[in-house]
Amino acid sequence: MTVAESPLEQFKIERLAEFHIGGYDASFTNSSLLMVVAVVAITAFLVLGSAKSALVPGRWQSMTELAYEFIANMVHENAGTAGMKYFPWVFSIFMFVLFGNLLGMIPYSFTFTSHIVVTFALAAMVFVTVTLIALFRHGFKFFGFFFPHGAPIAMAPLIVPIEILSYLSRPVSLSIRLFANMMAGHTMLFVFGTFTVALGVFGVLPFAVNIALILFEFLVAVLQAYVFTILTCLYLKDAIELH
Amino acid sequence: MPDSDKPDPLEGLAARIAEARGRRQVRTEGGGNRDESTGRFMSMAMRIGVELVAALVVAMGAGWLLDRWLGTKPWLMIVFFFLGSAAGIMNVYRAVNGLGLAAGYKRPDEEGRE
Repeated sequence: MTVAESPLEQFKIERLAEFHIGGYDASFTNSSLLMVVAVVAITAFLVLGSAKSALVPGRWQSMTELAYEFIANMVHENAGTAGMKYFPWVFSIFMFVLFGNLLGMIPYSFTFTSHIVVTFALAAMVFVTVTLIALFRHGFKFFGFFFPHGAPIAMAPLIVPIEILSYLSRPVSLSIRLFANMMAGHTMLFVFGTFTVALGVFGVLPFAVNIALILFEFLVAVLQAYVFTILTCLYLKDAIELH
Repeated sequence: MPDSDKPDPLEGLAARIAEARGRRQVRTEGGGNRDESTGRFMSMAMRIGVELVAALVVAMGAGWLLDRWLGTKPWLMIVFFFLGSAAGIMNVYRAVNGLGLAAGYKRPDEEGRE
């Protein structure tokens, strides 16, 4: 780490195996690798954790059950009983984002959630799915969603565009929030890390800051996965209930 | 627990389960007591800032694209800037009031809520 790299160097995408499908660059990158690792880790975590399915759970099984129950309660409380139908989907999103964030905390690994392409793809998937659910459940009544209950009709030309913009801003805010938090956190870690190296003895101070930051980053990693999931639940609730 | 009467551990279990279910139902349907946990507030704090900006970003982008398409260079973007600001502030207002982020939201504590 004596070479002064840019703090953004850690987010660089590297092609591990080059593929070109139909003129598109579909190479297997370090980002893809970490996603595969995340999926494998999630599967291992859940399958091995529930393999014994003891009545009195051990530590591992407790963690698995805790994760399951946490999301199950979240979906149930936010999206209601009808929302439980989509629980597997929400749970997958939560685990994928959570593991993406946490795997990024391992030194020298890569945080795929720090790329807006990834988070926007996830958010767009949520947005499209939720919109489709709403359309299928409510048909054309869905478009009444863009005009608030009880507002005067004369206000429609002003309110409807605003509501549509507000609706369209959902995937953007969802993706920016996750990506920005992850990227900012990791950049800060790097910057304080270089301070530690550069300052010699006085590097103790940025080192102390870095310890606090790392703990904070763990909090952010979990919290952002939570926020992403709870917003998915809220959108799901809108799609199901449609006020 | 004194074992004078030695309660059967399964006695009244069904009633206890029903009670717990009922509590959960109330919590779910009752619009949620919002003092739930600090996690809720933390997540709220993380949401607000981005919410404001995101609507503006979307609006400006939409304005720019429409301008390019219709050839009305600056005007739609300017109009959409104001619409976007309104949408952003509305998003924040709704998020803070616990009305969710939805368009066309009614107050959850209104009687007509199903």
